[in-house]
Amino acid sequence: MGFVSRGFRGRRRADGPPGRVPPGQYVVTDFPVLSAGPTPDVPLDEWRFTIAGEVDDPVSWSWDEFRALPSERVTKDIHCVTKWSKLDTDWEGVSLDVLLDGVDTAAEYALARSYGGYTTNLPLEDLLDGKAWVAYAFGGAPLEPEHGGPARLLVPHLYFWKSAKWVTGIDLLAADRPGFWENYGYHNYGNPWLEQRYAGD
Amino acid sequence: MAAAVDETPGVRSLVLDCPGWPGHLPGQHVDVRLTAEDGYQAQRSYSIATPADGTRLTLTIERIADGEVSPYLADELRPGDGLELRGPIGGWFVWEPALGGPLQLVGGGSGVVPLMAMLRARAAAGADIPARLLLSARSWDEVIYRDELERLGAGGGLEVRFALTRAQPPGWTGYARRIDHDMLGEVAWSPEEMPRSFVCGPTGLVEAATRALVELGHDPATVKAERFGPTGGPG
Repeated sequence: MGFVSRGFRGRRRADGPPGRVPPGQYVVTDFPVLSAGPTPDVPLDEWRFTIAGEVDDPVSWSWDEFRALPSERVTKDIHCVTKWSKLDTDWEGVSLDVLLDGVDTAAEYALARSYGGYTTNLPLEDLLDGKAWVAYAFGGAPLEPEHGGPARLLVPHLYFWKSAKWVTGIDLLAADRPGFWENYGYHNYGNPWLEQRYAGD
Repeated sequence: MAAAVDETPGVRSLVLDCPGWPGHLPGQHVDVRLTAEDGYQAQRSYSIATPADGTRLTLTIERIADGEVSPYLADELRPGDGLELRGPIGGWFVWEPALGGPLQLVGGGSGVVPLMAMLRARAAAGADIPARLLLSARSWDEVIYRDELERLGAGGGLEVRFALTRAQPPGWTGYARRIDHDMLGEVAWSPEEMPRSFVCGPTGLVEAATRALVELGHDPATVKAERFGPTGGPG
C-alpha cells in the first residue's frame, strides 16, 4: 500500500451501523454550525418561499401558507463536507414534491437561494421523488436560526452544503449554474458516497 | 515535517515542506489525512497559519483531548515524518494585501490561525493597510502567537486588543469578558470606513460577533465567518 503515518493507529470509534457512514466521514452527536457569514434575521411575517425561473408563473408562499401545506416528519443521516456525519436526524418539512406539484417546467437544474445571499445548485431530479424537503423543525422544535431557521433545504443524500440554510426560493434553470461554494472550488454535485468534496473529485 | 514550534501548552505549529505546493491565499485551509498501517484513515481540516512562501507552510494545531487527529499532530509527529495534505481549500474566507482594507479581524482561541496568515501577509508585504485584531482567549498563557502579535501591533498600523475570558494577569487592563456588542462597538472600525471583516472561532463567538457587527451597521456581505466544527478544525 501507499503512505503510512508513522505511529498513527486511530481511535476506531464505533461509527454506527455498517453502510451508514460515507468514506472519510466520522460520526458526531452534537450538531456543528458551519456558515460563511452572519446568521440572517428573518421575521416570519416577512418570510416567503418562491419557485421561479423557467416557469410560466412563479409560485410563492407566505409562512402561514407554507405551514398549511402537507408536511412530513423524516429521519435522515446527514453528511457535511467538513467530514462530520450525524445519524438519525429528525426533521419536519414540506416535500419538494409538494412544492413543485403543478409547476410546469422544462428545466433540468435548480438553484436554491437563501436570505443572506447564499446559493447552491443541484439537478432538479435531486429535489424530486421524496429526496428533498424545506424543513422548518429539527428534533421536534422550530429550526434554530444558526441551523437555518425559519426554514432550510434538506437534501440529505448530498453533502450538507447543498441543504441551503435560510432558504427563500428555488430558481428552475435550463442550464446548470454553480452556487456559492461550487464557485469556490467545492464539487458541483457533492455525492458523499463518492467523496465528491472538491472540484475534480 | 521540517520543524515543530510549541505555541501554548495545548497548541503546536507544524512547519511543513511540501514539494509541488501550488501556493495559497491567507485564510485557506488544507485537509490532512492520516493512514494507519492497516489502511485505516482519518482526515480533518486545518487552517494555514502562514502566507504563501514557496514550498513552506505552517499549520497550527490545537490538541483536542478526545480528538483522533489533533493529538497525533500535536504530540506524535516528529521532524522528518511525512504527512498527506490536500489543498489549498476555500476561496471565500481569504484576504491578501492587494484587496486593501481596513481589515477587521475577530478571533477566538485557535480561530486566530487563519487571521494570523492574513496579518503575516500584511507584514510581509510591508503593507500599511490599517488593521485591527480583537482576539479572545481563556487566559494570557493561552493566547496563540502572543509575542508575535505584540510585536506586530507595536509596528504601527495594526491595533491588537485581547479579551481574556477566564483568567487575567495582575494589572490587566484589557477586556476580561467574552466578545460582545459593546466591545465591538468600541474597537471595531465604523461601517463608514467599510472594513473587510473576518471572524473565526467557536460557534458561540462567531454568532455573537457577526450579529454584533451587523447590528452596528456593517453590511452582512462584508462580514465573512468561519466556524469551528467539533474537531477544532475550521469549516
